[in-house]
Amino acid sequence: MKRFAALFAALDGTTRTSAKVAALADYFREAPEADRLWTVALLSGRRPKRSVSATRLAGWAAERAGLPEWLFADAYAVAGDLAETIALILPEPARPAERSLAEWIAEVRALAALPEEEKKPRILAAWEALGGTERFLFNKLLTGGFRMGVSQTLMTRALAQATGIPEPELAHRLMGDWSPERTSWASLVLADDPAADLSRPYPFCLAYQIEGDPAALGPPADWFAEWKWDGIRGQLILRGGAHHLWSRGEELITDRFPELAGARDLLPPGTVIDGEVLAFAGGRPLPFAQLQRRIGRKSVPRSVLAEAPVVLMAYDLLEAGGADIRQRPFAERRARLAALLAALPPEAPLRLSPEAVFDDWAALARLRERSRAAGAEGLMLKRRAAPYLAGRRKGDWWKWKVDPFSIDAVMVYAQAGHGRRANLYTDFTFAVWDGDDLVPFTRAYSGLTDAEFARITAWVRKNTLERFGPVRRVRPEHVFEIGFEGIQRSSRHRSGVALRFPRMLRWREDKPAAEASTLADLRALLDLYG
Amino acid sequence: MSLADRGRLAAGAARARVPAMARPDLLTVTDRGIFCPAGGFHIDPWRPVARALVTHGHADHARPGMGAYLAAEGAAPVIRHRLGVPVQTLRFGEPVTIGGVTVRFHPAGNVPGSAQDQGERAGGVWVVSGDYKTEADRLSEPFEPVRCHTFVTECTFGLPVFRWRPEAEAMAAVDAWWAENRAEGRVSVLGAYALGKAQRLLAGIDAGAGPILTHGAVETVNAVLRAQGLRLPPTIRVTPGLDVRAYPGALVLATPSALGSAWMRRFGRASTAFASGWMALRGIRRRRAADRGFVISDHADWEGLNAAVRATGAARVIATHGYTASFRRWLEEQGYEAGAIETEFAGESLEAPEPETEAETEAETEAETEAEAEAAETGTAGAGAAETGAAE
Ligand SMILES: [Zn+2]
Repeated sequence: MKRFAALFAALDGTTRTSAKVAALADYFREAPEADRLWTVALLSGRRPKRSVSATRLAGWAAERAGLPEWLFADAYAVAGDLAETIALILPEPARPAERSLAEWIAEVRALAALPEEEKKPRILAAWEALGGTERFLFNKLLTGGFRMGVSQTLMTRALAQATGIPEPELAHRLMGDWSPERTSWASLVLADDPAADLSRPYPFCLAYQIEGDPAALGPPADWFAEWKWDGIRGQLILRGGAHHLWSRGEELITDRFPELAGARDLLPPGTVIDGEVLAFAGGRPLPFAQLQRRIGRKSVPRSVLAEAPVVLMAYDLLEAGGADIRQRPFAERRARLAALLAALPPEAPLRLSPEAVFDDWAALARLRERSRAAGAEGLMLKRRAAPYLAGRRKGDWWKWKVDPFSIDAVMVYAQAGHGRRANLYTDFTFAVWDGDDLVPFTRAYSGLTDAEFARITAWVRKNTLERFGPVRRVRPEHVFEIGFEGIQRSSRHRSGVALRFPRMLRWREDKPAAEASTLADLRALLDLYG
Repeated sequence: MSLADRGRLAAGAARARVPAMARPDLLTVTDRGIFCPAGGFHIDPWRPVARALVTHGHADHARPGMGAYLAAEGAAPVIRHRLGVPVQTLRFGEPVTIGGVTVRFHPAGNVPGSAQDQGERAGGVWVVSGDYKTEADRLSEPFEPVRCHTFVTECTFGLPVFRWRPEAEAMAAVDAWWAENRAEGRVSVLGAYALGKAQRLLAGIDAGAGPILTHGAVETVNAVLRAQGLRLPPTIRVTPGLDVRAYPGALVLATPSALGSAWMRRFGRASTAFASGWMALRGIRRRRAADRGFVISDHADWEGLNAAVRATGAARVIATHGYTASFRRWLEEQGYEAGAIETEFAGESLEAPEPETEAETEAETEAETEAEAEAAETGTAGAGAAETGAAE
């Protein structure tokens, strides 16, 4: 664990990307194989699940440190991180012991299966063995919230430096359903056989939002446009008679969308399609809220299946006849995709994402204005000559989303953030006017600069009207422009609406609270787009 | 805290607690600050009063506009320099009678000359700690526990998550970082408060390892302290004309707010760090976006506060300046007669202003052009606001 803690400290101790990558590459050269493998797993989102409740952990730590629970809670509120608070308040380790990262993770995973009373002595023993950063990291693994501030892309780059294997190749090898227990460094990272796993997806190609005038992209003829659908980006894999559906977050979601099993009978094995899972009926996509009913449950009731059937809106063909065709130009891949889907019956759970045809950039801009009417959230632009690249890159793919909905709202409650934002008021509740009443309708916690958060924090402290635990009711004085991507009816909220991706677009210091938007404004949006 | 200090404080704790004196007491709180009615003086008042006892020169303790100032000998030069006022002085331990109260100052270990103010009348003794640090460093007079009935204690770091490593270990970490940067040909810029922290670092690190440059605000304090006889290693003030390339691998001591400003540009691809007790918290460390955070504080940590309280033997302990609500409740549960004073402009301690006067810091940020000056100011304002959480 010492070597891993040193890596963590090195990553935490610099803001320079090159230094982070170098530290990781060194680690991948030096650390024991099992630890390396676990590090790759942790940095690609394969964390062990929480193995003990936060309340228990806090209680045991306070007891061990000889502190009352209220004082632990006060300290936690200031540190903003449970794992860190515990690591800081415990006495120095009485019996320091060195075990590898892999061994500690095995301990954390073993704990998950034990009854509560057996967890406690083992966790106390771990706290006696580990000090400083190691104790903090162990706690992070225990609470299931482990993050290292290094993206998967950077990790892959470091791995490429350490092994000499090209980055895109590594990105592909690290996709899919693997775990350090069932594989080895040699077979996962070094073996030149990504197809060994029939379910393995390709790394998704992602786009940046276009900035400025799309005309800067060059001749319109070089570009293909289509709607940017608002569903779940997915990759459908048909190989060896089975099918697998992966989300962009590398989650296997096959069983949540049984409709797509039909693709096995309609398309040849050795086919991989990139597309968007959409709730779809009557020839058009249903609001995202309908698709939401299908997320987060393992099995789908018949009624929901009937009311919110899904299709895969196909964007791209990555594998055909068992061959990886990602290096072929987009125009060719798209043509082959179209040919493949053309023969499908209309009730098939796959559709070809229609092209948004345009002659000049002005025409495309007009199309974009109609996105919402088409049930889309904007346009995607793809260079016809481009290969299918791994990860988020600038150059060949762009998204051109419509401007978000926006509403001017009054801040009414504030709550402090966690981690990097501990001690700063960053989570706010916003309200709109309903006559003389302010009706809360959404929370938002992103979109301001650190300096703005610091300024509003100082204001919140001086303008608190009431406290409810960590939440403060504040003087209704400040107006913020709230942006969001969608609106739907909700019986769970007093305002009767729920927003999608709400965030603060800007602090309207020019606007008095009395001039903020009204509930009627929100309802008008709901009637149009809900 | 050194082992010797721990031993000394523990010995103090072993003695019986001194019972609180009858009240109305020797100390009260007015809208101007902590007041001693019998002596007719305030201690570290935040608004103008006729007579002020000032524990030390940090801006939240030494404020302008008082009719008369009394401070410990070692703290006076900085106060005179910063406020431009005459300051009467006392040596540590030397008694003076004001009204019917015998006043003495005792070392607090926060900055050179920083004092705990003690008052005594008719057998009743109180001590107002000012800012204090129980572990000795190589700069300030070491903290001395004082027996008293009532102890008014700061609690800037009055939560159990704050526990410092020994002085030598903390300084060695700075040395290692500087050495690493020197080896890579990079300048090391270390943000530290201009009064106290910067000089403590100068006295504690391996200063001979390379050239040391200073921000104007730091160098101004260096000059004042050198003039009063404190020995500091040689430093070079950063001025607009200074060719920083002539000092490869230099260590630059800067004010915390200079770190985010245009003033930094001259050092190129520098490694940056802060030295502050707040660096104990990862969230604050990350928010500051420096490469490193050294946990070096001029205040007592959790154990230091508790040991200091025990060593006074006081039965009555008043928490001020910091996590007052938490620390007060903790003291109460430990069996003390506990109270709290919310100092004005502080409220929650994380909101406390930087001990440097902003004006001084900005005046000393010698920007080369008008535009740069503006950028520096905006940068300073931004960083200053963002770091309310990190002010010490
Ligand atoms: Zn101070």
